[in-house]
Amino acid sequence: MKVKVISRSTGEFTRERSQDLQRVFRNFDPTLRSQEKAVEYVRALNAAKLDKIFARPFIGAMDGHRDSIKCMAKNPNYLKAIFSGSDDGDIRLWDMASRRTVCQFPGHQGAVQGLTVSTDGSILVSCGSDCTVRLWNVSDANVADSDYLSDNSAKPQAVYVWKNAFRAVDHQWDGDLFATAGAQVDVWNHNRSQPVNTFDWGSDTTISIRFNPGEPNILATSANDRSITLYDLRMSSPARKVIMRTKTNSIAWNPMEPMNFTAANEDCNCYSYDARKLEEAKCVHKDHVSAVMDIDFSPTGREFVTGSYDRTVRIFQYNGGHSREIYHTKRMQRVFCVKYSCDASYVISGSDDTNLRLWKAKASEQLGVVLPRERKKHEYLEAVKNRYKHLPEVKRIVRHRHLPKPVYKAANLRRTMIEAERRKEQRRKAHSAPGSIMTEPVQISLKSVYEMRLRRHAKFSNVPLPPNKQDNYQYYIKLKLGTVPACNLHLYVQNHQPQPALNRKHEISPASVK
Amino acid sequence: MKFPMKWAVSLHRQFAASILKFQQPNFTRLRLSRGLSSKAKPPVTMGAKKENSDDEMDEKVKKYLRGDAANLEGVKDKKLKGQLAVREDLYGKSAKTAAKIEKWLLPSEGGYLEAEGIEKTWRIKQESIAREVDILSSRNQYDIVLPELGPYTLDFTSNGRYMAAAGRKGHLAIVDMKTLNLIKEIQVRETVRDVAYLHNELFFAAAQKKYPYIYNREGTELHCLKEHGPVLRLQFLKNHFLLASINKFGQLRYQDVTMGEMIGNFRTGLGRTDVMQVNPFNGVVALGHSSGTVTMWKPTSSVPLVKMLCHPGPVSSLAFHPNGHLMATSGRENKIKIWDLRKFEVIQTLPCHAKTLNFSQKGLLAAGTGSFIQILADFSGSQNYSSYMTHSMAKGYQVGKVLFRPYEDILGIGHSMGWSSILIPGSGEPNFDSWVANPFETSKQRREKEVHSLLDKLPPETIMLDPTKVGTVRVPQKKEKPTKKDIEAEMEAAIETAKGTEFKKKTKGRNKPSKRATKRREMIDKAKRPFLEQQTQERETSRKKQKTNPETEMPKSLQRFVRQKAT
Repeated sequence: MKVKVISRSTGEFTRERSQDLQRVFRNFDPTLRSQEKAVEYVRALNAAKLDKIFARPFIGAMDGHRDSIKCMAKNPNYLKAIFSGSDDGDIRLWDMASRRTVCQFPGHQGAVQGLTVSTDGSILVSCGSDCTVRLWNVSDANVADSDYLSDNSAKPQAVYVWKNAFRAVDHQWDGDLFATAGAQVDVWNHNRSQPVNTFDWGSDTTISIRFNPGEPNILATSANDRSITLYDLRMSSPARKVIMRTKTNSIAWNPMEPMNFTAANEDCNCYSYDARKLEEAKCVHKDHVSAVMDIDFSPTGREFVTGSYDRTVRIFQYNGGHSREIYHTKRMQRVFCVKYSCDASYVISGSDDTNLRLWKAKASEQLGVVLPRERKKHEYLEAVKNRYKHLPEVKRIVRHRHLPKPVYKAANLRRTMIEAERRKEQRRKAHSAPGSIMTEPVQISLKSVYEMRLRRHAKFSNVPLPPNKQDNYQYYIKLKLGTVPACNLHLYVQNHQPQPALNRKHEISPASVK
Repeated sequence: MKFPMKWAVSLHRQFAASILKFQQPNFTRLRLSRGLSSKAKPPVTMGAKKENSDDEMDEKVKKYLRGDAANLEGVKDKKLKGQLAVREDLYGKSAKTAAKIEKWLLPSEGGYLEAEGIEKTWRIKQESIAREVDILSSRNQYDIVLPELGPYTLDFTSNGRYMAAAGRKGHLAIVDMKTLNLIKEIQVRETVRDVAYLHNELFFAAAQKKYPYIYNREGTELHCLKEHGPVLRLQFLKNHFLLASINKFGQLRYQDVTMGEMIGNFRTGLGRTDVMQVNPFNGVVALGHSSGTVTMWKPTSSVPLVKMLCHPGPVSSLAFHPNGHLMATSGRENKIKIWDLRKFEVIQTLPCHAKTLNFSQKGLLAAGTGSFIQILADFSGSQNYSSYMTHSMAKGYQVGKVLFRPYEDILGIGHSMGWSSILIPGSGEPNFDSWVANPFETSKQRREKEVHSLLDKLPPETIMLDPTKVGTVRVPQKKEKPTKKDIEAEMEAAIETAKGTEFKKKTKGRNKPSKRATKRREMIDKAKRPFLEQQTQERETSRKKQKTNPETEMPKSLQRFVRQKAT
């Protein structure tokens, strides 16, 4: 007979001294823990509720400017430093950790319209409505120096006066060129008082400009004529153009997928585009109830933050149709500029009420040092929540946000209006001859302009359309234009552009494209 | 040989920390033993052994996979498909790691009893086992003789450390089974029918003459649960913090012990019974009735989930396998039946009587009747139970309850003369999980665990026959009601077919056109009838519904005085 029974001596399974850690034994056998899935579900539900309890995103306001904040720039060298420029021509460098001004850059006469920092973080470029571009030296000392000096003000390294007021500026990611937007797009070198290159497509003012993070020579601009234009510095002419129904206030490139950019539009939406295929937006991000004023991508490329005229800041997924998060406070007025911090964990907003505000990117994230066990727990809860996020109860809790009353009402009103318009359109379609009413696209790209023109051409000259829609563009070029230089094409767009509706009562009535 | 450093990386996050703890001490030891064995054995046998171990490994991996992988064939979204594939891969890896951990890193091995020569395991006596095992284990064989306070019933805490014993004549005792110290004993001076531990050793419930009571470890009465009435059997659902009871009048009650709320109160309508058992796998309560039926209940429905006729006579006891797929029932007609709960079919019928049944963690089945106890086991793994061990108590002892002690190779027996404990090698789970049930729990750990288990307390809705259904999509099974149009179309079609039927040529006189026309009309009417009947029936039911509405009963002039129901 061979026999063995379980026999545990206490010494083997308990700690020897009282200072020791308790001994822990694991057995992952599923039969030991019953109803695992139900337990996980309950944990997910509790985690979702706890997230709501701990959601305190607002960290602090940075007070100091005397007029509304127009623009901001991140300092790539210092995680905790940020530049801001206001309407009264004041530029400040902030230390986000202590939330104080470190340095001031006086000089601009009118509003500061654009700020940008060179890639090495040593030169700050500002431009304003006083027709000047100013280059400032950002010494390491005044950033690293933490003791506060009220008269710590810098002198510009260079001041370049030019013909027109500027609206925006952006620095190349890799290289020492920067571009300003105004009556035209000017490309500047640090050392020359005149632009090295000038682009012009259309007659209206360009209002925003951003360089591509992957390809240093490509930049995107948006203009008052509701267009988004892509430029390539290596070519002598603009590359592509899209015309939207309403104007685009700002553009941000996705730093991780640099062919994609997202445009913050006046019609309360953001549109994500693939720069190679401008025919249709990859994603429309809806949720704001007033014009979106500024947009900035997280360095992870997975999220972006938007600031809006409706006094809220929202965070969207790069591919999500609705916002993940909304931030608002009673005192925050219209938001003109937002930035995602370089470590993707904070969001800074600058608004009409002369304050910069610092927010957490994840509202319920724990600040400070997180112990490994704690971190593991957070990760586990996050995973469980992610697993059960589709269940109605979890979804409801995760999605719910308290909205300020005006925003809530405006959202309802907007929903009703859009719905009414849609219904009206449907009825019009139902009661007219089939094919007589075309659904207007939100934007038209040049390609579709060609298509339209081609269709018209075919109609009048009885030339059959090519069977393949993809070939339309090529076909048209061959058929009609011959060797028309690309830079002249915009004239066509200009000529056939409808005038924007004059009496716009609200933001969402789109100017129709005929 | 390569050893777990690589596995740990791929492991499920939740488990990773503990593995790292296990790795270091075992690393050298295992390498040494493997090195020796590979030297000693020729390479051929090594190959065969490897194949064998592969099969064993596959089986273990399957256990940890918890079901089949999702079928990604039909997923159109490429990105989602990729993400899901990565997730499935991760699951596979973590299951593999868990299997490897089970094979190499678990600290203790299970007990066993092997007969040699002409010996048979069921002839081996407890005395001979006592001679072979260590002193510590042999201390677990004892009889406590308490003849006055007569038949005893037992309950263990989920970690097997503490035992509550209740004598019919009012004797309640709490014993620390590790040190065999009596912690507290009280005399309640009335009949005690059952005792059940709540979530830890601090609280237990006793079913007494008129009501069940909750006591704490010091023997202080905390609650009197008057609503339950004269309870015959008590069970505690530890994931849900529910105390389930069945009383003399056949009423099943569920009470939430955290908030004191009565969750469910159902009349079984099948008479008095004291056969009640919770299925640990899904929290479903099963009752055995005198009619031979077994009913299964959940706290959110007033009708049983399952009602199965198990025996021709009364059901005397039932027990659930810890994996939830097997149920054993015994009837008065001297039969034990093993049921597959996935198909609700009998797997095996054994010809023996049992007053009490209990499954151990490793799947041994103990059956007690009179003064005789039999242990059944399936050696083949194919649910074919046969005799493993037997034990006879002293003559005249009546076994009332057998209960395996969790995480130990021990069977506790409550009988008419006290309680006893015998050794059943191979019955208990050798490796405990400190986060699930820890026999060496300190008071601090106990407090921590109490908080966590309260945070993870499951709502009563999660009790269902298949607990893996939580969080899945319910496929709509209800057929859509045919619309009016459909019914009309169907009727038209039936009429058309009736019109189109060809008649046989009949003899003269019967083949007249008038006769043929009437015949055709009759056929059309016949085709129409079922549809028309259905219509009239529907109309009538709708009229009946209207009638029951109080507003329509009144004369119209009075209707405005009818009080509106608060909404």
